[in-house]
Amino acid sequence: MKRNGLLWPYVAWMTLFTLIPLGVVVYYAFTDSLTGAFTLANLSHLGTYLPIFLRSIFLSLASSAICLVVGYPVAYTIAQARPSRQRLLSMLLMLPMCMSFLLRTLAWVAMLEDTGILNQLLGSLGIGPLPLIRTNGAVILGMVYNYLPYMILPLYTVIMKIDPRLIEAAQDLGCNGRQVFAQVTLPLSVPGIISGLTMVFVPAVSTFYISQKLGSTGTTMIGDVIESQFKTAYNPNLGAALSLVMMILIFLCIGFMNRFTDQEEGVMTL
Amino acid sequence: MKRLCTILLALALLLPVIPARAASNEITVYNWGQYISDGSDGYLDVIAAFEEATGIHVNYLTYDSNESLYTKLKTGGSTYDVIIPSDYMIGRLIEEDMLLELNFDNIPNYQYVDEAFRNTAYDPENRYSVPYTWGTVGIIYNTKYVDEADVGSWDLLWNSKYAGKILMFDNNRDAFAIAEALLGYSLNTTDEATLRQCAQKLVEQKPILQGHVMDQIYARMEREEAWIAPYYAGDYLYMVEENPALAFNFPEEGFNIFIDAMCIPKGAANKEGAEAFINFLCSPEICGQNLEYLGYSSPLSAAKDYMDPELAQDPIAYPSDETLARGESFSALPTETSQLMDSLWLQVKTAGSDVTAYLIAAAVLVAAAAALTLGLKLRRRRRLAQRGISRRMNQA
Amino acid sequence: MKTFNRVFTVLVFVFLYIPMVVLAVASFNTGSDIAVFKGFTLSQYTALFRDADLLRLLLNSLIIAVLSSVLATILGTMAAVGLHGARGRLRSAVMTLTNIPMTNPDIVTGVSLALLFAFAGTLLKINSILGFWTLLFAHITFNLPYVILSVLPKLSQMDPDLQEAALDLGCTPVQAFFRVILHEILPGVISGLMMAFTMSLDDFVISYFVTGSSFITLPVEIYNYTKKPIQPKIYALFTLMFLVILVVMVAMNLLQAQDARRKTRKRGVRI
Repeated sequence: MKRNGLLWPYVAWMTLFTLIPLGVVVYYAFTDSLTGAFTLANLSHLGTYLPIFLRSIFLSLASSAICLVVGYPVAYTIAQARPSRQRLLSMLLMLPMCMSFLLRTLAWVAMLEDTGILNQLLGSLGIGPLPLIRTNGAVILGMVYNYLPYMILPLYTVIMKIDPRLIEAAQDLGCNGRQVFAQVTLPLSVPGIISGLTMVFVPAVSTFYISQKLGSTGTTMIGDVIESQFKTAYNPNLGAALSLVMMILIFLCIGFMNRFTDQEEGVMTL
Repeated sequence: MKRLCTILLALALLLPVIPARAASNEITVYNWGQYISDGSDGYLDVIAAFEEATGIHVNYLTYDSNESLYTKLKTGGSTYDVIIPSDYMIGRLIEEDMLLELNFDNIPNYQYVDEAFRNTAYDPENRYSVPYTWGTVGIIYNTKYVDEADVGSWDLLWNSKYAGKILMFDNNRDAFAIAEALLGYSLNTTDEATLRQCAQKLVEQKPILQGHVMDQIYARMEREEAWIAPYYAGDYLYMVEENPALAFNFPEEGFNIFIDAMCIPKGAANKEGAEAFINFLCSPEICGQNLEYLGYSSPLSAAKDYMDPELAQDPIAYPSDETLARGESFSALPTETSQLMDSLWLQVKTAGSDVTAYLIAAAVLVAAAAALTLGLKLRRRRRLAQRGISRRMNQA
Repeated sequence: MKTFNRVFTVLVFVFLYIPMVVLAVASFNTGSDIAVFKGFTLSQYTALFRDADLLRLLLNSLIIAVLSSVLATILGTMAAVGLHGARGRLRSAVMTLTNIPMTNPDIVTGVSLALLFAFAGTLLKINSILGFWTLLFAHITFNLPYVILSVLPKLSQMDPDLQEAALDLGCTPVQAFFRVILHEILPGVISGLMMAFTMSLDDFVISYFVTGSSFITLPVEIYNYTKKPIQPKIYALFTLMFLVILVVMVAMNLLQAQDARRKTRKRGVRI
């Protein structure tokens, strides 16, 4: 009983800096920017932003899917390697996560631009310049690049923990390699898949930097709109309304994905 | 226990490093990006010179549009001592009571400001602002790629021949002004239908744009990533030194003439320091050297003596009276018009063709369905696998 | 299949590291255009070390990262111990509270804190509320869940009898915590601390919304830099930070390897 006392400072902190701020967001979402009176106007405009919400969801779903397809073999290979090599590879995987993602994204800009490195190389071969940057593809590439480690790490953790005896048992019972993978390894890595998808989807759907740098006038994402309401257009009420909707959307998505896993804390398996 | 003590000790040692706010002798200056001579390429480092002359430390920060500045001030939470907004924004800030009256006893160099820049429309009684620069807006283009025959009108920015190579202002007032000029309206119109028509014009432009940008324009134009962009004349003079293929055009339909002026916002922590800074920048010598680097035009005729005579004669920095007659300056818009422009601008920025929206929606649905079936399949397989293995294990 | 997987993994790592190579090369470039290599120079590095403002920002980032990660670790470890003892509705309520900042996008966390601080500023009549303290509070807040989620598993792995034994032997609960429990969960505490430190050092989105004029961190200023014509000394800073982090990580990796070897040796002796 006494130990609960240790919990209260934390609960107080989180209430003050997580719950109350969310309450403030809700308050702003339902008030008018000029008069401060209650209004539904901020939320009634949502129809206008539907295409942007859809585009954000589409781009981030696509990049989550690509991350999964690309990340799974990598996570599997790392998990199969010798322990010393596992340590080295997971270190190499974490290193980019510690470096400024702004500058790393900027490096992609330098590579993909019409006058950028790739088009210069192509140009010397007599091809191009190809429209690489300022496309949906470039935005997806930026997301995959930035969030791929967030997919690989939870997958790796889960695959590594699979009891090798299960695989041996399956082999003893006559499963071939493909069957072992399909019947044992893949189903058992579902919690890692869910957690990886969440960890890619959430930052991807809310990004504004990647779409600003690698996208164009036609790839505006919901994060861009929210950022502009707080940084250039001074309409925090509309920004709050959009944030609220995005938050609800994400909770729905996560809730939906978590239905596929029985694990209690399936959201985060770092 | 020992470890915790070490950590706490380390913490205690770190605490003194936490910035002791040098309240008395520091000012915070909030200026446009690339808008002061910073000591590069052998030009004067204005801030270092000021710090040396007065002993006041400058905390220097930048923004990239009047609207960002306004948002930052309105959001609150930060204090600034000197800001340098443009004419129409100064008018708006005065109207919303967000500026402090200056004490001109502390700004003796105000005497050098030309008569033409006093008693302006945005600050008719000269109480809140001291001009920093003035200039014009026109089209910067790259002569290597752009046909001279296409140049001359704002419709160059709508010319699909250069699709993907055109940049546009990323702030509503400057962007609307271009549409207004092109369609033959006043740059200060308050008519809703007119503004909606302009917004439509700006939406039409979107598919051929490379992007809406502000300070990024330098790199894009100098490196020839973009070929055409509307921007401020002073910045053209800066860019052309990096890339001589760039040229500047005053569009025939008319253009904006602006004044940027130094003000002190309410809540300033060090008003006297701020006034000292304003005064320093108004000395003809400093102003001349500063603007020589910037390329913007000087509201102090006396400053021209300290500039490269070539710049002081430059027809783009100081256009002929005939050219200037086509210009129009911004006035502060009524609050309703500003708000309308804000929301129309948001519509412009977020507008996308509906067809793609539907396509995207369809793709989302397909992807969701695929994910669902995949998930269900996995779930069933896993169950089967678990059941199968445990049963077979039991048998074994 | 195995060779395919290996080649594929190598390719993915190349993909992850190419942009960093581009930045590192740019830091030795005489020209300011990142895409065109004009010649080799070290002048970006000397320019970097002469730029007191930039180094000041780096120091700011380090101060915030150290303070927020240490404070979050203390508060988070306490909470994890409390949570370990809690059951039922209280536990699930607190777990939900912990998951909110983890699942919320950074931009929502940043925006909500910015609104809170602005509100508090008008309430307390503080003009320049955004600055060091708001940044610190925000960083502690998003660091806390990482600490809790890395300490909790260690607590559940711990033998529950250990604490009772300590109490039986005459320890006060506080002594029991520092002498027994802390020792058991230390790896979790340290990994939580490390994670919090790196998250805090690299955070841009949340800081971007809660930073003011008086105290700015490096990532926020880098964002401002990327809007202006970028100065190549930023690439030099990036390269140096890359090297520092690489060295730290290699050192940690070696320590881990040593640790693992010792463990296997011990086991060998016992057998």
